[in-house]
Amino acid sequence: MGGLGVHALDHAGTAGRPGSVVHRLDPRAKVVGLLGITLAAAVAPRGAWVVPAACLVALAGVAWWARVPATVVWRRARVVLPLVLLAAAVVPFVGGGPSVAVGPVHLSVEGLRTFGAVAAAATVGTLSAVLLTATTAFPDVLRALERLRVPRAFTLTCAFMYRYLFVLGEEVGRMRAALAARGFRPRTALGAAAVGRLATALFLRGHARGERVYLAMCARGFCGVMPAGAPGRLGRAEAGFLAALGALVVPVSVWAQVA
Amino acid sequence: MDALRIAGLRHRYPAGRLALDGVDLAVARGERVAVLGPNGAGKTTLALHLNGLLEGEGEVEVAGLRLGRDTLRAVRERVGLVFQDPDDQLFMPTVREDVAFGPRNMGLDEDRAAARVAEALGAVRMAHAAGRAPHQLSMGERRRVAIATVLAMRPDLLVLDEPTANLDPRARRELAEVLDPLPATMLVVTHDLPFAAEMCDRAVVLAAGRIVADGPCREVLADRALLAAHDLELPCGFDLGLVATRPYAASAPSARRNAISTRVPGP
Repeated sequence: MGGLGVHALDHAGTAGRPGSVVHRLDPRAKVVGLLGITLAAAVAPRGAWVVPAACLVALAGVAWWARVPATVVWRRARVVLPLVLLAAAVVPFVGGGPSVAVGPVHLSVEGLRTFGAVAAAATVGTLSAVLLTATTAFPDVLRALERLRVPRAFTLTCAFMYRYLFVLGEEVGRMRAALAARGFRPRTALGAAAVGRLATALFLRGHARGERVYLAMCARGFCGVMPAGAPGRLGRAEAGFLAALGALVVPVSVWAQVA
Repeated sequence: MDALRIAGLRHRYPAGRLALDGVDLAVARGERVAVLGPNGAGKTTLALHLNGLLEGEGEVEVAGLRLGRDTLRAVRERVGLVFQDPDDQLFMPTVREDVAFGPRNMGLDEDRAAARVAEALGAVRMAHAAGRAPHQLSMGERRRVAIATVLAMRPDLLVLDEPTANLDPRARRELAEVLDPLPATMLVVTHDLPFAAEMCDRAVVLAAGRIVADGPCREVLADRALLAAHDLELPCGFDLGLVATRPYAASAPSARRNAISTRVPGP
């Protein structure tokens, strides 16, 4: 399997102790709780470092509870985090106001603060997402979103994407292998033409598959509306989880906003 | 009453090609019919008509119910169509969700849909894979799950389009063991003549959109001139006399034990 390396997605499944309290919670509680933490960090006033700190403590608690090893969190976070931080990395160089000299480079103090705030929020958001996916299978996240009234069109698109990413990835892998087997080694820009044709073939195959999938759905009684799934159950464990996260993050956030 | 009755079915694709040119076929309840024919003979087009996925001229009647716009839904509940590529059929993130798709479309509540899922996955010996994603399964397993997705709807008629395509010998045998105990009427569209000999009592040959031969499966397969005239060929060295029809019925007690009932009273 090669191509897009889509099987990496497979390894991005659940981690830690599968039977832990956190793993067994209704996915809705985890989506709401971890999204809440991300929001708290994102809307915290600049300079109120106590808010992201409280969020990180809450996330560390969740990770410990679910026995998700720090190495797993780090391995997954480092895929996303550099991309997020890169966007904010230019701010200290272009910000106005007082500046500090770091060797030959002058960095804006205000810009550094902004970068710090963005970096803190991005870290909290990334870690929340990593912990959600480490403790909840992707189909369960989608079902949770559905039950939280996220539009069906969105969750269904995500579900199809998740399902067919693997199929398309395998197709890309086979096509690349077929190119390589016939000695294709792109050394110049002209090689891009073959890649372009590969993309075209992939698009056409994807389109044809889409039509066949639709026929297969109709064959099983699909009439344009997806049938609803099984309802979930929100109980004491979920309430306790949300209360614990809330107790850590809400008072600090409110204090930061008021102050 | 016949499980399936087709009369004068014609279908022309928008590009102008005549894919079915007056097909007449009657299949009795419980019968297993192999639909043989070269590429482009119209086999898949015929299969798509049985579920109302394509519309043509002529009549299709499933268990006495004539296919029309008003009966489309009921007919689709009665005809279980298994597509050639399981990746076309299995589109939900997990096996359980996929098998539940049909029963939920039929309006069954969650408990009854879950019971159907357990029953169908048990019948194809895939109960252990309910929580897995389709891409994590082998081709043989995907094929069996694809069959479970239609068994969960308890169809009268099972239509299998090239069920042994891309299967290794072991997966092919496991598929036969799963299919053999099923009491449903079956239409098996295939190029795999040995598989047709093992599974089906009767065979029809479709060529250029018409049925050109219809008879006991072994007789049809023994007619070398007929096969040659329609680009069909038994594997080299294959001896029809050595093949027992439905050899898996006796050798697969576990499969029989898991046999699913089709269209029985109840949920």
